[in-house]
Amino acid sequence: MREKLARWIVILLLLVTVMGVAAAWKARSDEGILHARLPEHGGWIPGDLRATVGQPLTIRMTSDDVTHSFAVGQMDMQAVNINPGEMSEVTLNFDRPGKYTFYCTRWCGADHWRMRGTIEVSGAGMEEPVKYEPPLYLRLGLDIDAEHHAQFLPSQEPSAARGARLEHRLPQQYTSWEYYISHSPSSAWQELRNDRSLSDLSDAELWDLAAYAWAQHSPPEAVQTGAGLYKENCAACHGETGDGEGVFANELAGDTHALDGHATTTPTDFSDEEHMLGAAPAVLHGKIIRGGMGTGMPYWGPIFTDEQVWALVSYLWTYQFNFSMEVTQ
Amino acid sequence: MFAPGESRLNLARLRVLDKLIKSRWPLLLARSITLAGFVFTILVGLLGSPVGSHNFAIIFVWIAWWTALKLFFIPLGGRSWCSVCPLPMPGEWLQNGSLLTKAQKSIGLGMRWPRRLRGNWLASGLFLLIGIFSALTLTDARLTAWILLGLLGTAMLLSLIFERRAFCSYVCPIGGFTGIYAKTAPLEVRVIDSDICKSHAEKTCYTHCPWGVYPLAMRDSSQCGLCMECLRVCTYDNISLNLRPFGSDLGQTNSITRLDETLLALVMLSSALSFSAVFIGPWGWLKSAAYDVGSTAWWAYTGAYLALSLLVLPGLYTLAVWWSQKTGQAKAPFKRLLADYSQALLPLGLFTWIAFTIDFAFPKFSYVLQVLSDPFGWGWNLVGTSGVSLPSALLGAAPVLQVGAVVVGLFWSANLSQRLVAKQVQPARARRAILPLAGFSLLFSLTMLLLLLG
Repeated sequence: MREKLARWIVILLLLVTVMGVAAAWKARSDEGILHARLPEHGGWIPGDLRATVGQPLTIRMTSDDVTHSFAVGQMDMQAVNINPGEMSEVTLNFDRPGKYTFYCTRWCGADHWRMRGTIEVSGAGMEEPVKYEPPLYLRLGLDIDAEHHAQFLPSQEPSAARGARLEHRLPQQYTSWEYYISHSPSSAWQELRNDRSLSDLSDAELWDLAAYAWAQHSPPEAVQTGAGLYKENCAACHGETGDGEGVFANELAGDTHALDGHATTTPTDFSDEEHMLGAAPAVLHGKIIRGGMGTGMPYWGPIFTDEQVWALVSYLWTYQFNFSMEVTQ
Repeated sequence: MFAPGESRLNLARLRVLDKLIKSRWPLLLARSITLAGFVFTILVGLLGSPVGSHNFAIIFVWIAWWTALKLFFIPLGGRSWCSVCPLPMPGEWLQNGSLLTKAQKSIGLGMRWPRRLRGNWLASGLFLLIGIFSALTLTDARLTAWILLGLLGTAMLLSLIFERRAFCSYVCPIGGFTGIYAKTAPLEVRVIDSDICKSHAEKTCYTHCPWGVYPLAMRDSSQCGLCMECLRVCTYDNISLNLRPFGSDLGQTNSITRLDETLLALVMLSSALSFSAVFIGPWGWLKSAAYDVGSTAWWAYTGAYLALSLLVLPGLYTLAVWWSQKTGQAKAPFKRLLADYSQALLPLGLFTWIAFTIDFAFPKFSYVLQVLSDPFGWGWNLVGTSGVSLPSALLGAAPVLQVGAVVVGLFWSANLSQRLVAKQVQPARARRAILPLAGFSLLFSLTMLLLLLG
């Protein structure tokens, strides 16, 4: 009799425990919770969300490992931190249909760049979705994967300020937007050198003119915006000083997954003048929006606005040109 | 610190306690609750958040329970945790065919535990094994749950093959060190009048003891799980539960050489050093190495941890004992001295672990309140404490407490060495013979302080 009672007590306590956990499991409203994990452990789960135009989408988020952060590409929003084991919440409003990309804005790990997901927004918007337009580099027929070595290099850092003093000598076509996007600084210099009307100018003076022409499309505000974007998104690999020696550079260089599609290479060194001065702005623009095939460089097309991409391109030129309008020499 | 044979207070003589002890219900209820808690912990570990600091399993096992064990159960009650531990319960139920008393019929082979595997060898090995994976175990709720499940399964399996609590006596990594440190604790079960036992042919205490311990033959408290069954079954009411001075079991010269206890005491010292270096030390690379199971760095960490536990510390200790024997010209065999003198490592180890636990667990107590409100880490707030954090002023006292603990351990250990050496060598040589032993304890304590406060 006493033994039976003892057994009942033990069994009852175990039953209550198991049923309690089962009830908790059932009551858990996991649906609608967006889990953030390091990309190698699954990234965003689920990675594809849905929303409707005009209906606010509230997302509850938690991290299962380290601190991540949530932002939607091309959307004017403050990134939301997601701490391990804690709940964060964000409410999004979409005014036009389309496929949006959300991504992690924290350097959570070497694979951080792969941490992306999509939000498919349906319904009729105030504006129709943007019609597909091939990216600039395709329209210009540029092969952004081709090698681009500058054939001519300056002997000193070209200065836009010094170039400004010779502004009256610069033919107008060199400062046009169309010319800028489709020519590398090296080829621009070559054309200037071949221009007979400029034959009295030294090589260095022509480089200064090229820098001046490039500065026309790199206003200080754009350079500043570009610098901010670079620091947040690019410096981890390409390095704070653009030398390709970011904190993840070694990991990328050591990767040997050439055959499984995850190959990575040493990040580009933006201070390498032979490489940079041989690239047309549209090539850099294309690399940023499409990413680098087989290099580990992620695509930023769905994340940055076109204005932001051009701002980044402007910033990248500061590793080659002195855009400051104060004459130093 | 206290010589044996001093006054004892028989708690079983207190009327209230006597009733609680003599009835089997209080302990059965306590163990039923801990068993349910154990099952709950395993389930939450498996189903709850993978984020360790928000999972009940991690916080309750490695912060709450571990702290309670090191700061309360062992120092004040010796093997008192063993008396309420749920691990042997399911297996024992099958083995005895009953929860309350031993039934006539039982399943299980009831084999005797192999002589070669007696002692703390397996427990030392298992503790080292857990230590090797400690960084992962302490942060991974799933792994913690599987380890708990593994311990429960092993305990059940061994109950069905061997007699009594074979798992608890020879395998359990917690039971191992709890047992040796129980010698320092102020609680013991002992025979009152040995003459009565000698003339008692039935030996009901022994036949009913789940640990297979004969109270009359008990030389210390390391094997007694404080289940009080002997107090219940003794026909003559000849067994007492004594409150005794701290360290009453220590300082004796033993008639048998127990090198397994020496090794376990050393493994506990080396583990305290390793864990302090990994969990408290400022070295990020060491944490990564201990965490990154399978990597080259982890193998290096494992090699270093095992070398420290099995070569360096045992080597230094052996050297100290050898030196002490040489200078003191002790007559006893070297092996006997190794075993006897290692008693001084017990207070040293216990207080070192207390110091480590204060440093490791105190800053994490806020998590205990948080997981009570949100055990699964699903963003719940059941009792309103999920956002609570304890005032950091509490932490200010931690360094003082740690230094205090290490110093108490060191002095107790040195004092014990003095008493142990005095039994082996001539008084004129005693002073010099103590130096190597005290030097070992001092070197260890200084290293530990450096790790804790440096």
